[in-house]
Amino acid sequence: MIDLDPLTTATIFAMALATYVTKAGGMWVLDRVEISERTEAGLEALPGGIIVAILAPRLVNGDPATWVAAGVVLVVAYKTENVLLSLIVGFVTVLVLRGQAFALV
Amino acid sequence: MAESRPDDGSVPTERTARAERTVSAESAASGPDTDDPPSFSLAGVRDGFRACVPIALGVAGYGVVFGVLARRAGLSTAEATLMSATVLAGAAQVVAVGIWEYPVPVVALVVTTFVVNLRYALMGASLRPWFRHLSPRETYGSLFFMADENWALTMAELRSGSTQGAFLLGSGLAIWTFWVAATILGATVGGVVEDPARWGFDFVLTAVFLVLAVTLWEGKRSLAPWIVAAGVALAGARFLPGEWYILLGGLAASAVAVIRRD
Repeated sequence: MIDLDPLTTATIFAMALATYVTKAGGMWVLDRVEISERTEAGLEALPGGIIVAILAPRLVNGDPATWVAAGVVLVVAYKTENVLLSLIVGFVTVLVLRGQAFALV
Repeated sequence: MAESRPDDGSVPTERTARAERTVSAESAASGPDTDDPPSFSLAGVRDGFRACVPIALGVAGYGVVFGVLARRAGLSTAEATLMSATVLAGAAQVVAVGIWEYPVPVVALVVTTFVVNLRYALMGASLRPWFRHLSPRETYGSLFFMADENWALTMAELRSGSTQGAFLLGSGLAIWTFWVAATILGATVGGVVEDPARWGFDFVLTAVFLVLAVTLWEGKRSLAPWIVAAGVALAGARFLPGEWYILLGGLAASAVAVIRRD
């Protein structure tokens, strides 16, 4: 049974459009505006800045399991440069520390 | 457009942009080459999809939670699924069903969604050194499938010298598939995952971004922008509503880089 209210559906499409404008907007602007070397230096620092910005409150407000697992992920990622391995080891660490080790079986 | 990027040899320069763009399995088979501009191939889609499946599984945990919350907010399973398939933005969707009521506050929902997702404009912009070698269709089609997790994964992939221009699309398709399927599951079954943190789902995004932070770390020159970004983000998260802190932190890091350059 497909149950779609017209107004709800329209709202969802408007939300989808608003989201797509954000996803495509940054690239769209840069495609049209000539950027200076200064701007480019700023853009280059963006990814690291965004990532640190997302991480900082998550880590500061995290539980001890998060802190330990974060340390484990950093060490494994630094030593192996293997994304998948780092994620798995970190995830297992969180589960074990939160007493959910049985969930792995 | 700047010609020189002394710090990062993996970024294609204007010179290589003139090189012919090959859209074929042949170029994908030649493997990553730091001097090649990215190409858009089926192999790239496949590689991106595969690399992202483990992360998409974690995302699916939140998809189930979203499905449950959406049903509680009064949305039907079909409506929740439609939202996941077309909006494809975890944080914004969870916030939206949090403020959802009847009659539907259309303007508030759309504006909130836009503001929560503003960070995507910066993320998309940061992909431009590679994506400007792709066609508009490839670029703007791929961007629809950009979410936090696969953006991070794609940045790591491209920064390591990969020429897989379709990596964002492939990894995004993995996220989309799991996100939509998990929404259906959550909306249908409901209430299975009452406490996502207990199962470690909250750690997925943290872990993905930690790995990427290691990849992006450029030694001492990263230190100042990162410390400022962290400080601004912590203050922003504390005193501002929503996700403004992400945008402000990213811009603060940029500002430090620009100021230092002068």
